[in-house]
Amino acid sequence: MSISALSESWKAAMSNNIVDKPLNLAGKTYNSRLIIGSGKYRDFQENLIALEKSGAEIITVAIRRVNLGQNSEEPSLLDVISPEKYTILPNTAGCYTAKDAVRTCQMARELLDGHKLVKLEVLGDQKTLYPNVTETLIAAEQLVKDGFDVMVYTSDDPLMAIRLEEAGCLAVMPLGAPIGSGLGIRNPLNIRLILENAKVPIIVDAGVGVASDASIAMELGCDGVLMNTAIAEAKNPALMASAMKKAIESGREAFLAGRMPRRLYASASSPIDGAFF
Amino acid sequence: MHVTVNGNSHELDNNINLYQLLEQLKVGKGRVAIELNGKIVPKSQFCQHQLSNGDTIEIVQAIGGG
Repeated sequence: MSISALSESWKAAMSNNIVDKPLNLAGKTYNSRLIIGSGKYRDFQENLIALEKSGAEIITVAIRRVNLGQNSEEPSLLDVISPEKYTILPNTAGCYTAKDAVRTCQMARELLDGHKLVKLEVLGDQKTLYPNVTETLIAAEQLVKDGFDVMVYTSDDPLMAIRLEEAGCLAVMPLGAPIGSGLGIRNPLNIRLILENAKVPIIVDAGVGVASDASIAMELGCDGVLMNTAIAEAKNPALMASAMKKAIESGREAFLAGRMPRRLYASASSPIDGAFF
Repeated sequence: MHVTVNGNSHELDNNINLYQLLEQLKVGKGRVAIELNGKIVPKSQFCQHQLSNGDTIEIVQAIGGG
């Protein structure tokens, strides 16, 4: 093969490269497929550094009562993590009823000057923090009706994922394992089934412990991963944030590249023909 | 008069509005949302809401969470 022919075939190979489309949520595109939390960090500064290292453009926050009597000059989370620079994703963590979740979202919308993007979670059990899917569905329907853009945390039940999508949620976020457990993607089969049916972005929310867990989610074809504890509770959150950024990117590329088939037995990589022994 | 703010009882002078309450409680007004008796009060209307005896007020902010 001549050099020019080689370069033609190289060009052909390059042109076959799949160019990834960025993640789109509520009409806004994001280059990063990683969403991180802001809980459990030692301080705002550690959180901000992790956020920068992770490359994430979306960060979750919780809505809670102001501590009365604290110094009003003290910076708040939103003074450190700017809503102008990052997309703030208020959550309904700690809510056990649809009513509380809807109320929390309404407060968040007022707090963030009309911001409509929310992470809905309605919990069902304090020990496992498993979602209460019936209350979640009720809250999702109400919030969508009220004009919210709802990203919904749910179980890894493929049928529930369809119901939530039908309710108008713009992203469905099944758990990989219980919140804060770091146990990884416990049921990849269910995540695959959810992905097969989905017409909205599927983002694994909860369960990731290390970078390989995030890669597995992305290799399955998920549109993104949301994580908090895996980064915040790492000995070095900034370094773990950087690891997660790479894991999300490599997992996504591996998914787009298309994996080789699984085989039970070996398949030699070196040809048998031409062996001289 | 008595009002309940974030679950705690507060004794206030009469004729005080939400804006003045935030000043008294030393709450920064930039990044909070307020519910007065279960109804959200837009930031722009803090001055217009006179408090009454027995009112329940929730003042929330964004904090770290996942």
